[in-house]
Amino acid sequence: MADMEKHAEHSAHVHRDDEGDKLGMWLFIFTELLLFGMLFLMYAVYRYKNPEAFLLGGKELDVFMGTLNTVILLISSATVAMSISAIQKGNKKLALILLGITLLIAVVFLVNKYFEWGAKIDYGFYPGSALLHELGHGTTLFFGLYYVMSGIHALHILIGIGLFIYVAMQIRKDKIHSTDYIWLENTGLYWHLVDLIWIFLFPLFYLIH
Amino acid sequence: MSEEKHHISSYKSHAFVLLALLVLTAASVAVTSLEMGPFNTAVAMIIAGCKAAIVLIWFMHLKFDNKLYAIFTTLVLVIFLLVLYVTFFDYSYR
Repeated sequence: MADMEKHAEHSAHVHRDDEGDKLGMWLFIFTELLLFGMLFLMYAVYRYKNPEAFLLGGKELDVFMGTLNTVILLISSATVAMSISAIQKGNKKLALILLGITLLIAVVFLVNKYFEWGAKIDYGFYPGSALLHELGHGTTLFFGLYYVMSGIHALHILIGIGLFIYVAMQIRKDKIHSTDYIWLENTGLYWHLVDLIWIFLFPLFYLIH
Repeated sequence: MSEEKHHISSYKSHAFVLLALLVLTAASVAVTSLEMGPFNTAVAMIIAGCKAAIVLIWFMHLKFDNKLYAIFTTLVLVIFLLVLYVTFFDYSYR
């Protein structure tokens, strides 16, 4: 009798398929990897064709700013991973704090990007600028790729910020908890993807030697 | 509801992974100042590859999750490298 009641209670539950949700997230990640992969392919070909221009272009970028953003993004990857551990252990408060730190870092990353791009634009490095026209085709390609690739990456950071806010609200409302946390887990996967792409963008743009 | 046993990573293991990633980042910046000609880019890519592998295996949980994800991820990498190879095969002989 008790079993039947339990069963009835169960079927009233909303259908859940965490493994399916995760597989879906991974499939999305694969499309993202191929999207950025093709941009990296373009980068490789253009750099192969214009090695000197890419070298000079890379020297124009701020290594300190690039390193700083790399470090904070790696830290944010760790905090979002820790926040998943916290929710799994049922520590709601710690999960929210760690998620908050991740969110803050994401915002700081974009603020740094704003100053970085601002400095470049002030200096005259922007698509269609007279300076780039003067410096020629190779430099134009370098800065074109720089703006497109770090721009699409920054767009992903922006989407990540939206996801963090949504997930934090769900945790507060106890919609995400120690036995139902696939939303947080998938948001974490997304954030690691953003980190993964930056891991390659950083040496390819800022550390050209 | 099927109660599967989920692997819960410890905070300490996450901290270790972060430390490894930061050390590799420092190494990547440090080797930039060395004069190695074309090998600079190769070394930078090898370090980035190691960092990516660490993120995929530990942070993205490929080590603990269904092996299907690891197999698919490897396939995506192979497809990308093949496309890169074919493209450069074309460009090198123009």
